[in-house]
Amino acid sequence: MTPLFVSIAASIASVLLILVVLELIRSRRLRERYALLWLATGVVLLVLSVWRGGLNTIAGWVGVTGYPPAVLFAVATLFILAVLLHYSTVISKLADQNVILAQKLALLEQRLGAGEKR
Amino acid sequence: MPERRRIAIVPARNEEAAVGRVVEELRAFDPELDVLVIDDGSEDATAASAAAAGAAVVSLPFNLGIGGAVQTGFKYALEHGYGTVIRLDGDGQHDPQEIPQLLGPLARGEADVVVGSRFAGGNGDYRPPFARRVGIRWFARLVSLLTRQKLTDTTSGFQAVNARAIRLFAADYPHDYPEVEAAVMVVRHRLRILEVPVRMRGRETGASSITVLRSLYYAIKVTLALLVGIFRRRVVPLEEG
Repeated sequence: MTPLFVSIAASIASVLLILVVLELIRSRRLRERYALLWLATGVVLLVLSVWRGGLNTIAGWVGVTGYPPAVLFAVATLFILAVLLHYSTVISKLADQNVILAQKLALLEQRLGAGEKR
Repeated sequence: MPERRRIAIVPARNEEAAVGRVVEELRAFDPELDVLVIDDGSEDATAASAAAAGAAVVSLPFNLGIGGAVQTGFKYALEHGYGTVIRLDGDGQHDPQEIPQLLGPLARGEADVVVGSRFAGGNGDYRPPFARRVGIRWFARLVSLLTRQKLTDTTSGFQAVNARAIRLFAADYPHDYPEVEAAVMVVRHRLRILEVPVRMRGRETGASSITVLRSLYYAIKVTLALLVGIFRRRVVPLEEG
């Protein structure tokens, strides 16, 4: 069984994560679109932290017999990987758009410059 | 104060088959009305067919999504000093003949944002598919609760707004399903929103850009935005009076 102290500490950490994400959305430093995965992470971790029996059962499924909280780490790691992968796709899209903007701006500037010389 | 000009803003993405007729209908409805089409990164000839029909066209360098496209229109309206914006979709489902219904309450000073609703006033011959109906109802309930006012068609993009609302929307406009969040934003800024019944036509061409899974994602996202939005600071200070 998960030690009670581990369960409490993990719950507090999950709640903090959720609150920080909500505050970032509120203050417009984080768009809802990019916050959803973080919120899902927080909620799943919170559920697994509070629901000690559930964590135990899942640990049994995946063959973790010694220390059920290890599953908590594994789940957290998976979610963090998902968030990172998601952000990599977001960055790639931003990079593409940045190229388009730079080209468009340079072409416009060239057109304006050509107009002045005439 | 001289009567300020009106402009129709029409966001369009890959609507080359429909947008030309929308522009023509608008110009036939009122030759004095300026028409701006925001081409939201289309891959087809949307921009060309809008321009050929006589609209001013702003072409975005890539797809910004409906919110970003519509806000471009509001910024244009603000920069050019328009006093009224009429907003309608580029797919032809909004009938320009209904525009007077939207402008009436603005002219009488009864509202700052007037929304054409498919459900208000009981002309309910519009029956959307089940999933969409659930979504529409969910947001109607939630937005009505948050605005303390009965609103029935919170995703309707057929709207007319006055100068105060143009200023607000140019400063801040939501991203996906922007009308839902915008309704709450409007009320939070102590502007008045009003629904009037309108008839809408079915989509003439093109497919609606919404699938079931995406709808669920948007429903969750917009709900989150609505709930967090209540606690946000105002982007435009309240006006006196």
